[in-house]
This record gives sequence, structure tokens and C-alpha cells, in this order.
Amino acid sequence: MLSAEEWQIVALSLKVGAVAIALTLPVAFVLAWVLARGRFRGIVLLDALVHLPLVLPPVVTGWLLLIAFGPAGPVGRVLSQVFGITLLFRWTGAALAAAVMSLPLMVRAIRLSIEAVDTRLEQAARTLGAGPWRTFATITLPLSLPGVLAGVVLGLARSLGEFGATITFASNIPGETRTLPLAIYAALQAPGGDAMVWRLAAISVVLSLAALVASEALGRRTGMGRHGHVL
Amino acid sequence: MSFDVDLSLTRGGRQIAVRFRSDAPVTALFGPSGAGKTSVLEAVSGLLRPDRGRIAVAGEALFDSTARINLPPERRGCGFVFQDLRLFPHRTVRQNLLYGHRADPGPGLRMALDEACAFLGIEHLLARMPRTLSGGEAQRVAIGRALLSGPGVLLLDEPLAALDAPRREEVMAVIERIRDELRLPMLLVSHQRAEVERLAGHVVEMPLSMT
Repeated sequence: MLSAEEWQIVALSLKVGAVAIALTLPVAFVLAWVLARGRFRGIVLLDALVHLPLVLPPVVTGWLLLIAFGPAGPVGRVLSQVFGITLLFRWTGAALAAAVMSLPLMVRAIRLSIEAVDTRLEQAARTLGAGPWRTFATITLPLSLPGVLAGVVLGLARSLGEFGATITFASNIPGETRTLPLAIYAALQAPGGDAMVWRLAAISVVLSLAALVASEALGRRTGMGRHGHVL
Repeated sequence: MSFDVDLSLTRGGRQIAVRFRSDAPVTALFGPSGAGKTSVLEAVSGLLRPDRGRIAVAGEALFDSTARINLPPERRGCGFVFQDLRLFPHRTVRQNLLYGHRADPGPGLRMALDEACAFLGIEHLLARMPRTLSGGEAQRVAIGRALLSGPGVLLLDEPLAALDAPRREEVMAVIERIRDELRLPMLLVSHQRAEVERLAGHVVEMPLSMT
């Protein structure tokens, strides 16, 4: 049904998406927690910075990544000289672009669920002898889990759909950075690429639906029926 | 001295000051709603930081603004039964009861799960989720959870306010048995004169306007 090239595109997209989410999730959780619970000046600025990739043209985000993570950029130079890592034109670069683009969506979803956690339950845990970390692990984290799952699904969907920042920062290199949307774009340009566009678009629909169904099932398994709907 | 409290705190823009020493088995904070009774319980348990003063329970200083002592709630050994109970909704009754359970509570109350269940008559509820409990059942589970955390004292915030008359009698009897059989000092908040007179050996009046 699918050609070897198309399977490879799907596998690459999933790899890029998975790595992007793994990279973003801890960062997004910390940011969401700070934005939900933090009381300090400058929180508005932090909020705005986190949301920037959501409102900026993705090409601009990609260009900013190019400036920062390119071979001459401040971060890129350290990465290549100290760690021997280059992101430009590599699948890791596509993952970074997807991670940055999905960050605001994940932060939003997780933040809402942390704000919904009743702090009075955390107080109760403290009076029962639990320190701040145990309280976090046993009360705050499990109760905000539906939002974390929602964030993962939203972030994964965003990663799989990422186009502008990826093509600007990581380019459209077959087998390296050509994820689903970039492959669809390339197929549209190529003569006789119609059939491939149909198949890749169908895969996109199937992947998105699968992600939604999976998150729904996971949400139900946390045992909080009415919170099962994460989106 | 079970409770030695002298503190002032600000809550909702208002000054609340209270001072009492009590060795009674049950000490009641009595007054109309809005007098700051709950805030005093929160200060004793470490959930609310007073502006200044001193809080000592069973001879141990938990808070002292001049000596810069301020123990976190988890190290105060104060079992707290909240007015809104605050059972953990994602955990079974058994998991709620065992949340703060310690094999060695030091000088605190030593109690096993089956003892607490028998004491409160809640054995049959262990597998249930908190949202399926009736008001009286949830109240007893909340008391059990606090008892099992090995507390040195028990703080009860309007434990009877949300209950109908038969349940109220039931929980009142439980509190009397904690007083007489477990001999655990209690600090009780209430605005019901009858309840306070029946349970408490020492009553601290908290009028509405304190400056």
C-alpha cells in the first residue's frame, strides 16, 4: 500500500514528534507550574515569551532558531564545539523546531489543569506529614494528569503538522528532515505526485485520530470519569 | 500544657489576635463565623503564618516569631480534620486513611489501620472512592485519616456543622471517645454553644471585632 519511501516518511515524522514531545514535556510542565502558581513580577513577560511561537509567523520562529542554533549562533557554536552536536539540516533540528512550536500549546493545557488542582488538598497532604515533593508527586501530579495528557496530544499533533519553522530551520531534506507536511508539500510540487499526496494526507488523518482516541482512553484510565475528556 | 498560643495575624485585611493556654482534653475556639477561628487552626497547623507571636503544642514550640521558629506543617504533628474534609478524590478510602500513616509516630498517637477502622466503624468503606461516601461516612474517614497520621494533637474545624442531627450525635460520640479513650488533646472550632459545652473543658471566646 505504502512505498518504502512513504513508510520512511511516517517513521521519521513519528520519531521527530516523539523526541520533540520528550524534550518539551518537562520544560512545559515546569513553565506551566510557574505560570499557574508563581507570584512574581515579570510573570506577564514570561507568559508572553512562552506564547510567542503561537502568534509569530512560523517562518520567523524558524529564522530565530537559525540565528540562535546555526553554526555561528551563540547556542549553536557551544553545541558544536563543546558537544559536537549540529542541529542545522538534521532530524534533530526538525525535532527542535517542532518542540518550540508545540511548547505554548502544551504549557496552556498543563497550566489549566494545574490551576484546577485544589490547593486545599495539597494543604491536607502537608498536615498528614507529606513534604512539598511528596505532596507534588502524590496529589498535584496525578490530579493534573488529564491536562498533561491533553498537552501531550496537542503537542504531538502540532509537531506532526509543523511546517514553517521546520522548513526554515532544518530545510526539506529527504530522509533527514522531510516529515509528513514537508513530504506532502514536495509531492504537490512534483509532477505526478497526486497519489502520494492522497496517501500521506490519509496517514495524517489516521495519526491525528489515533492520538485523540488514545488520549481519551488514557484519560478514562486515570479513573476520573468526568475529567476523561481532555480536549 | 497542651496548647500555649499567643498570636496575631492578618486575614482578609483584618487583624485577628488570640491568646490562650489550655491543658483541657478538649479546648474550643468559640465565636460567630468571621471571627477568625479557622485562621487560628491554620496557624497552629502551619498552613498560615502569623504576623507575630508564639505557638507551642505539648511543650514544643512550633512557631515563635522572636526565636525565628516556624516548623513546616508536615513536622508539626497536628492532625487536621477540615470543615470541607478534603479527602483525596483520586484515592480509595484505604489509600486516604494510610496516606499519612507511619510505623513509628514517635510521641504521637500510635494506631493501626484495623484499630482505626474498628474505632470509627468504617471497615466496610475501605474499597470505596470518597465521592461515593455519605456526609457522615466521609466525616469519619477524615477523622480516621488524621488519627492514623500519628498526631500529637487533633484540630477539628466545625466537625458537626455539615451533618444532620443523628449524624451529629454519632460524630459527637466519636469525639468524646477520642477524648476519653485515646486521650488525644483536641482543639475544636465551633459556633454552636451546646456542642462546645458538651465537649470542651476550656472555651476560648473569639468575638467578631478584635483589634
